[in-house]
Amino acid sequence: MQIDASSVSGDLLSRFRQGDIDAFETLFRLHQRAVFGWILRIVRSPATAEELTVETFWRIYRAHARLDPTRGFEGWARRIATHAALDYLRTQRPETELPIDLPAPARGDPAVAEEIRRKTAMALGRLPLKLRVAAILAVVEERPQKEVAEALGISVGAVKLRVFRALRLLRKDLAAQGIMP
Amino acid sequence: MNTHDQAPIKQLLQQALPPVDEHAEPASDLWPAVLRKIDAGMAAPPWLDWALVAGLGVCAAAFPAWIPVLLYYL
Repeated sequence: MQIDASSVSGDLLSRFRQGDIDAFETLFRLHQRAVFGWILRIVRSPATAEELTVETFWRIYRAHARLDPTRGFEGWARRIATHAALDYLRTQRPETELPIDLPAPARGDPAVAEEIRRKTAMALGRLPLKLRVAAILAVVEERPQKEVAEALGISVGAVKLRVFRALRLLRKDLAAQGIMP
Repeated sequence: MNTHDQAPIKQLLQQALPPVDEHAEPASDLWPAVLRKIDAGMAAPPWLDWALVAGLGVCAAAFPAWIPVLLYYL
């Protein structure tokens, strides 16, 4: 059944806030895809994104009493999803290439393009986590900075600063490897 | 580095990591897994909570002078 996310009523949120499992399932059906997509943007692996989507909705259910119905569900869920994804990434070994389970468009010489792509992904993986996630969401995914700020729990100015620092570090890293963007 | 300087590195990033499809969705319905996790969470003892309480108890027994300080910050 397709449910329109914009039709979430205050009553539904109130029932969820009181721990109503049916209301929770309705909210899950409404937001499952959006939460999965958001996490996938951060972790870049569909299988991991599925696991973290389950983890996110579990956290959401546990925190049901803390939902502020006047502020809506989507932003709150996105923030919890971001925290779940960050917690996962913190457990991963740093300085490894980001998983690229998603298809990339072919451009120019495939061998050269693949090498540059690999080195760029490696450089991105070496960035501090906070900078990396801000760069992925704001630059790669081109999400609105306000949305990224809300998800990360920081100001728009802080998002801009993180993206700026991320790009500067990336440029230096790539230049050291002979890639001059 | 100004906005103009950022354009090439942004393009490189987008080539390295293709943006996620707007319509991406899980391969299967995740609701049963969520329910299983909720059930497992309810059945499992909240060991972290108990460990925290035990730790506080040990600290209170070892350093009773800290109790007023702890209560103040709680």
